[in-house]
Amino acid sequence: MLLCEQQTPRGLNQLPRKKTEMELAVNITLLLMLCATVFAVVKLQSLFAIVMLFGIYSLLSAMIFVALDAVDVAFTEAAVGAGISTVLMLATLVTTGRWKKKPERSGLLPLFVVTITGAALVWGTLDMPEYGNPANPAHHHVADRYIAESPTEIGIPNMVTSVLASYRGFDTLGEVIVVFTALVGVLSLLQVRRPRTFARKQDNRPDTHRRRPYPVLQVVALIMMPFIIVFALYVQFHGDFGPGGGFQAGVIFAVAFILYTLTYGLDDSLALTPLPALKILAAGGVIIYGGTGVVSMLLGGNFLDYNVLAANPVSGQHIGIIVIELGVGITVASVLITVFYAFVTRAERNRAGEKQVDLPNKAD
Amino acid sequence: MQIAVDLVSWLFLSMGMFLGLTGAYGILKFPDFYTRVHAASISDTLCTACFVIGLALQSGFNLVTAKLFMILILLWLTGPAASHALVRAANTAGLKPVTEKKD
Repeated sequence: MLLCEQQTPRGLNQLPRKKTEMELAVNITLLLMLCATVFAVVKLQSLFAIVMLFGIYSLLSAMIFVALDAVDVAFTEAAVGAGISTVLMLATLVTTGRWKKKPERSGLLPLFVVTITGAALVWGTLDMPEYGNPANPAHHHVADRYIAESPTEIGIPNMVTSVLASYRGFDTLGEVIVVFTALVGVLSLLQVRRPRTFARKQDNRPDTHRRRPYPVLQVVALIMMPFIIVFALYVQFHGDFGPGGGFQAGVIFAVAFILYTLTYGLDDSLALTPLPALKILAAGGVIIYGGTGVVSMLLGGNFLDYNVLAANPVSGQHIGIIVIELGVGITVASVLITVFYAFVTRAERNRAGEKQVDLPNKAD
Repeated sequence: MQIAVDLVSWLFLSMGMFLGLTGAYGILKFPDFYTRVHAASISDTLCTACFVIGLALQSGFNLVTAKLFMILILLWLTGPAASHALVRAANTAGLKPVTEKKD
């Protein structure tokens, strides 16, 4: 999966790889499968099935990105789109119910609007430069300079990381702050609490809130967790050399703890990763990133100019990229874990509320 | 020698394909949820094992083989656990297996 050869810069004098028939067949198959998924999403009534289909849609998109040689994007799409989003949407479904409501009005007007918009978009693409042509302006605006200078200026094999973390360091800082703001938004709407507290308020049966033990799943989750964390660290620190980096690593790291929450319950999970620590880490990652910029300013460079971080500009770039990727990873992981906890808290609270209503019926 | 290895490899690969197809057929044809999970879990375990062994024979003895077997261990660990989780969730939700033959 991790092919470093693909990341080596292809010089402009080399001709782009010839598209084979096989590749075309793969692309057409994947796009047809995407279409089939979309039609199924529109047709189905069960939101649960729709969420699973969204996961499949993301996985198919990730495969298309791999076919386009955009391995880093594919990695992110698979981790975020197919992994975390599906889990978060499932957590939402627990509170909203799993069947689509019947639409009150006819769908003709929306269909009309969508058709017109879609046709306009297709018409708009006619003006776009030819797909995949190496002479397109998008490939020559700044990309030429990045491709020509990155090996000597930054000196890491994965050019995607050098663009993301160094040339476009401001954009990535903005992305990390967006992730952090999402956490602030979620926490201002939903709170994270131990389910135990609801159960105690609801009634005096001490064990109703406890999840029933899942021995098989718990053992499997415990076996998997170290491997997931090691893989996350590998993705984190190997981002300079192959596909990966802070965003993907953070998501994979969060998945280990989400797996733990799913099998052991929120109580045990909050004991493992206390909420105050998560909040500090989420902010700390942003501070590490921004602080690197401030340090480079104090050393006499521009904001996020890593050249001044070491005596040699290239090793300065290496240090800067490693540090800010670490900040990204820490923020993404702790934000995703906390958002998941917030969703689960809501679901558990609803469940504790429902239990009280449901139990008399279940007794007979 | 190469022909013998290829032959065994293709034997495993076609066995894997056969099991995958029967798994898919079972998912569509079996009467209720539990039997369908049973059909799907065959593709999870034995079918992937056949594929991995077939591919390992194709690749020869190198790092790719090691990676293939690591993938197999991962799938053997997670696949049955996922089937177990599905069945357990269905059972907790109160889904009853079909015990009588429909007319």
